[in-house]
Amino acid sequence: MIDALKPNPWAVLRHVVLLCGALVVLTPFIWMISTASKPPAEIYTSDVHLIPHHFALWDNLQEAFAKSNLGRFLLNGLIVTVSIFALQVLVALPAAYALAKLRFVGRKTLFALVLFGILIPPQATAIPVFLLLHQIGALDSYAALVLPFTISVFGIFLMRQFFMTVPDDLIDAARMDGISEFGIVWRVMLPTAIPAVTAFGIFSVVAHWNDYFWPLIVLNSEQLRTPPLAVAHFRNAEAGTNYGPLMAAALVIITPLVVAFLLAQRRFIEGITMTGLK
Amino acid sequence: MSDAASTLGTLPLARPASAVAARRSPRLGHAAAYGLVGPAFVLMLLMLLGPLLGVIALSFTDYQLGAPSLGWIGLANYQEMFADKVFWISLANTLTYVVIVVPGAVALGLGVALLIQSGAGLRGFYRMVYFLPVMATLIAMAIVWEFMLHPQFGLVNGLLRSVGLPAHGWLQDRNTALFSLCVIGIWQALGFNMVLFLAGLVSIPKSLYDAAEIDGAGSAWSRFRLVTWPLLGPVTVFVVVITGIRSFQVFDTVHVLTKGGPSKSTEVLIHTMYMEGFEFFRSGYAAALTVVFLVFVLALTLVKARLAARQVHT
Repeated sequence: MIDALKPNPWAVLRHVVLLCGALVVLTPFIWMISTASKPPAEIYTSDVHLIPHHFALWDNLQEAFAKSNLGRFLLNGLIVTVSIFALQVLVALPAAYALAKLRFVGRKTLFALVLFGILIPPQATAIPVFLLLHQIGALDSYAALVLPFTISVFGIFLMRQFFMTVPDDLIDAARMDGISEFGIVWRVMLPTAIPAVTAFGIFSVVAHWNDYFWPLIVLNSEQLRTPPLAVAHFRNAEAGTNYGPLMAAALVIITPLVVAFLLAQRRFIEGITMTGLK
Repeated sequence: MSDAASTLGTLPLARPASAVAARRSPRLGHAAAYGLVGPAFVLMLLMLLGPLLGVIALSFTDYQLGAPSLGWIGLANYQEMFADKVFWISLANTLTYVVIVVPGAVALGLGVALLIQSGAGLRGFYRMVYFLPVMATLIAMAIVWEFMLHPQFGLVNGLLRSVGLPAHGWLQDRNTALFSLCVIGIWQALGFNMVLFLAGLVSIPKSLYDAAEIDGAGSAWSRFRLVTWPLLGPVTVFVVVITGIRSFQVFDTVHVLTKGGPSKSTEVLIHTMYMEGFEFFRSGYAAALTVVFLVFVLALTLVKARLAARQVHT
């Protein structure tokens, strides 16, 4: 009897605590949507109300798009994140395969360098990479945004770990069929590695869509701005006087990833877990 | 000629027999392997290892971007840095940020993960909600936080006023600005930690809990102390180090919300490095700041390796 009743107060307490926490975590999102939906008169008041009396989300969005080239910036974000991810896979996948399945002189050293590379935070190499891009005249371009991230040692590591679990027989069979090593990478290993590639893709896209530091350093031109830079510039230009459109712009910037996340939540979290651990 | 071509392993489907024979020749293995790792290796040297050595070398020079030449000045940058009050403030603020955000984000991440896992209801919903800040562009959300903390129109002060407390300029007051950034940092990091802890919790075999119960560990607390906590040890070390490294990199919120102010109260290492290197173009001096940052990050990793090794031995 007692055992059957026991879980109940605990279950209630669990939900109370988790819901309170969830409310705190969600507050900025709720407040962003609320503010983005309010006309100025309701924003610049010290009384707190969540639901706008006059619904102005559409006006604020229009103003945000009118004052700032948001569509262009979203496109930039897409171009940059997709290019980075595609090039990362193009470079990392063959290397990961060779490190996992081929024997060659220098393999151990190379793998040690990969492990060491994972420890280097991106800010640590910023100054020399900036100087290099300056030397070759590539600053303030898509290339400046993409090139430094074409190498992902983390991607190599992750996919190598995955390839280690692929049976050698599969590769030998492909060689019997006369497929070249290069062909094996793309026609045999890539299809089997889709879960690992997806996980890495999530990690890569999240990191580069949200990155602020590097675009801030290498960009000058307005038309190349990525979404995080765009919203920061919007804020500076409006100097905190125009919160409705600013919140609308923030909403637009976070929407693509958040929607993707909500649609593929389970995959996303598994992906982050898979790349986060190890 | 044809033999040479087949040893390169580039003739698909044409001559299976010779391709198999070629596989056994070590020269082919090497050529193919180097072809596959080559691009990655070159890019690693160009974008990662070279720049790493470069930043260390630069820190011993007086290089300024645009200057015609540079001179080797030995430890002068480091001497200037250690004599500069701003550097010490920046370092102290960074450490304060790390010391507040790491325990906050780790404890809350663990707490939420345990609570989610301890019952069946709404697991997916809670996971989704707590993870949302990890996805959302930090810059956009930092601006939302700024508005929430607005002295006159912000939600936080509005709520304070409604319960009769005075409003406060959280980001404008040097006593609370860094602390406000810490709150944003914890808010952002906790969901990531939660997911890592959830992964750790799921991998604990249920039979261990049953065994603990048979051995008399009846209460939830004793099961946590005897089973969950020891088995989560490696995950916890990992989460602490990752959160620590990420906290050392704090930049976005500082650059957009406070620019290191008011009166340097939120100046942190990466922000100082950014200002020196990319606003004032003092590349050599900024490189020295980067080296200090690197030393701290690598030290954290070393601590992790030590702890992980110890856990294996015991």
